[in-house]
Formats: sequence, C-alpha cells, structure tokens
Amino acid sequence: MQGRQHISAQFAAELDGIRSAVMEMGGKVERQIMLASEGLESRDSGPAEEAIAIDRDINRMEVEIDEQCALILARRQPAAGDLRLIISIIKLTTDLERIGDEASRVARLVIKLASAGGADPIYLHTAKVARHVSSMLREALDAFARMSVSAAVRVVLSDKEIDEDYRNGLFKLTSAMQQRPEQVEKLLDHMWALRSLERIGDHATNIAEQVVYLTRGVDIRHLGNERLENLLD
Amino acid sequence: MNHPDMETFNAFIEASKASKTKRRQAPSLQVEDVSLSYPAEPNALQNISLEIPSGCVTAVIGPSGCGKSTLLRCFNRMNDTIDGCRYSGSIFLDGANILSDGIDVTSLRRKVGMVFQRPNPFPKSVFDNVAYGPRLAGIRSQRQLDEIVENALRSAALWDEVKDRLDAMAGNLSLGQQQRLVIARAIAVEPEVLLLDEPASSLDPISTLKIEELIYELKSDYTIVIVTHNMQQAGRVSDYTAFMSGGRLIEFDATDRIFTNPSERATEDYITGRVG
Repeated sequence: MQGRQHISAQFAAELDGIRSAVMEMGGKVERQIMLASEGLESRDSGPAEEAIAIDRDINRMEVEIDEQCALILARRQPAAGDLRLIISIIKLTTDLERIGDEASRVARLVIKLASAGGADPIYLHTAKVARHVSSMLREALDAFARMSVSAAVRVVLSDKEIDEDYRNGLFKLTSAMQQRPEQVEKLLDHMWALRSLERIGDHATNIAEQVVYLTRGVDIRHLGNERLENLLD
Repeated sequence: MNHPDMETFNAFIEASKASKTKRRQAPSLQVEDVSLSYPAEPNALQNISLEIPSGCVTAVIGPSGCGKSTLLRCFNRMNDTIDGCRYSGSIFLDGANILSDGIDVTSLRRKVGMVFQRPNPFPKSVFDNVAYGPRLAGIRSQRQLDEIVENALRSAALWDEVKDRLDAMAGNLSLGQQQRLVIARAIAVEPEVLLLDEPASSLDPISTLKIEELIYELKSDYTIVIVTHNMQQAGRVSDYTAFMSGGRLIEFDATDRIFTNPSERATEDYITGRVG
C-alpha cells in the first residue's frame, strides 16, 4: 500500500484487486450522475434510462466487494494500513451504492420531467448542481486512488458549496411555487432531485473522510473546518 | 501465639498484598537505557528504554533474533546463565534496580515468574508441582498448602479438570493442561510479574485460546509480559505492544494503536508482512 511489497504476493494481489474494483464501481457511479445531468440539460429520457440501468451493476459490485473484504478479514487478519484499507473500502462502497441510488432517483425524476415537457430555467440550476457533485465525487475518488490527504480535505471543505447551491435552488423553487402554483407538482420533483444531489455531496464527503482515515489513521468526521485546513499541504 | 508456618504464610500474603497495592500506583517495570552483549551477540540489546505498566499485558513482538526473548530474560536475570553476558542500564521493579550487582536473584525470581514455550512440569504429581514454590518459601502446613494449590489451580483455570487427580503425574496431563499447570506453579508463589515466552506456540488452537483467556483473567493481579511470534495473539491478549528489531526498541505503544496506526514505518511493515 505504501510502496513496500507484501511478502505474500497473493495478499498484495487481493488488495490491488479490491482497490481496482472500488475504482471501477466509482467510475460507474460517476457516469450515472453525468447521465442524469445530461438528461436534465437536454430534458431527454435516454441518458436517464441508461443511468438507471447502471444501478444494477453498482448494486452487484457492492455485494462482491463486501464479500471480498469479508474474506480478506477472515483469511488474512489484516493490520495497520491494510486493516484501515479494508475498513475504508467497506464504508466507501456503502456510500457509492447510496450515491447510485440517489443518482437513479434523479434519473427517474428526469424521465418524469421530460415526459411533462416544457423548458424551465430551474433545469439549468439543477443540472449545474449535478455537474458540481459529479466533479466532487471524481475528486474524492481521485484522492482515494492517490491516497492524497490534501485532495480529500479539499473535497470535504467543498461540501459547503454544494449546500449553498442547494439553498439557492430551494429559494428559486419556493419563489417559483408562489408565482406558478399550478406547477407545484413539477417543481416539487425538482426539489426532490436537488435534495438527492445534495445527499450525493454528503456521500462524496464521507468518501473523502475515509481517504484521510485510510491514509493517516485519523478520523476527521467531526472536526471543524479550521482544524481540517491544518491537514492541507 | 501463631504457629511459625502461619506467620510465614501471613507475612507472605501481606507482602504480596502490599506489593500489589504499590504496583497499581507506579510502573511495574521501568527499563532505562538497557544494553546487553554476550560473545556471540555483541549488540543483543541496544539502549532499550520503556515503562511496562502494572496490571496490564505487554506483548513484545519482532522478527527472530531481534532481542525480544533476551529482553524478557533481563526481567528475571535469566541471561546471567550465559557466559560473558554483560549488562548496562537499569531495570526498576518496585523501586529497586534488578540489574544491580547486589540484587538477590533468587528473591527476584520469586517476584518475577516465568513460563516457557514448552511446558516444563517437574516429574512430580500435579499437587507437588504447584506446592513446590510455597514449600520452598517455608510453608509446611498441609491445610495452607491445600488452599494455595487449589487457589492457584483455580486461577489457572485448571482446578475443575484436575481436582480429582491431584496425585497423578503432571506429565500425564495434555500439553495445554501442562502449560496451565506451569502457570499455576508460577502464580502459587504470588509473583508480581509473569513472563511468558511463547507460552502457546506448542499448543493446539483450543488450548491456545484457554491460555489467552487465562492471561486476560490474570492481568488484573499481575503485570504480564509476553513474547510471541503470533501477531494476532499479541493483538488479542495485550494492552501494550513493543516492537523490536536488531536489538533495538522500534516502537512501544498501546496495542490498539500499534495494530491500527503504528507511528513507525518499520512497525507497519512488520505487522503487515512487508519487505523493502
């Protein structure tokens, strides 16, 4: 994990395999969000349907990776950095699977909104938030791949921007509901989509926190931003 | 007036109670800059310093030849039996430097019991093995010996298995039972410190778990230092872990920390099975 070779090449291969599987799962989740975002921008149900289909792969991968982690715990009794890697991966795959569920929820709303027809500037705001959380997830996964504490901390700190996007979106939606009460149902769907995207930001934050634990053995889940900034290079 | 046996017994019990009270307040073994050499190994131990807390289990781990058993044998001066062995530094037990020339080694070994890799019961009965130390300490009363033997065997989680065959030869017990008998023999003289040198390496998994459970039960009454090659065992039984390599102490910390997030790269590499 940290440049030195395991005496057991078999164990090293098992750990490499599980890390690659996480990256592959992360890639699929990222693709899901991108497709949901495309659907929002184009109001096209095609990409959204593809995003929903990917969710099955993500669920399957979560089960497979968990099974691999259980086998490594049972057969290898990992310690120190190897133990933290397995613990982090178990938590990380749960977050990735939940991101997949939220992305599917957004995709289903895109299909519903696409069938309702009509353009609305609120689509653009929701799509912008989707791109933002997608980039946040990419950075969290990149931090995992490079085991970069600084990159992970930057992801954690960036969650407040997503929260700000969410609040702005809510403000726009409540104003629109007051102005166009006949569209409340459609606007409520937007609100649910926005809520799912905000949760994706929270899960990406969890992943980044796990990267710091994995790399440094430090639990940053409840540290304030000021103390987090001390971890930046 | 009490019988002389009773006086010896009472003094023995009072001394051990007093020493236990004191032990809870201060580090039981304070190792200060200890180096050790002998002709075949001039750097067997190099400048070792650590405080082994009382009432805890401290594991010493490290590759073969790293000095962990040599360090363990410093605590009861077993290295003195090696020709040309030379010490420097100090080890304090209850305020006395046990490496000093004036120390009474026989008395020290009563305070610091030791259990080895292979069970080594005396070729005597179960009862006589456990009663051996108290008899040497001058206890002659059969009633007192019965009480001490029963208590020691109970503490070693062996009483229920041998209470009906206390006159049987110790060699007839299973290996796991023999090892617990040896532990009972060690604790019958109420030591302050128990040294365990690979105590379960010759035992099957069930006997190993019984020994580990016993270590857990005993730790509130004794300071226990265990040398083990089995890192999972060190993780299971110890509160603190010392990692040694090449005669040096590389890292000493709470076992929880050593096995999840050690400070030193060399410790991490050893416990995760890595090489450079």
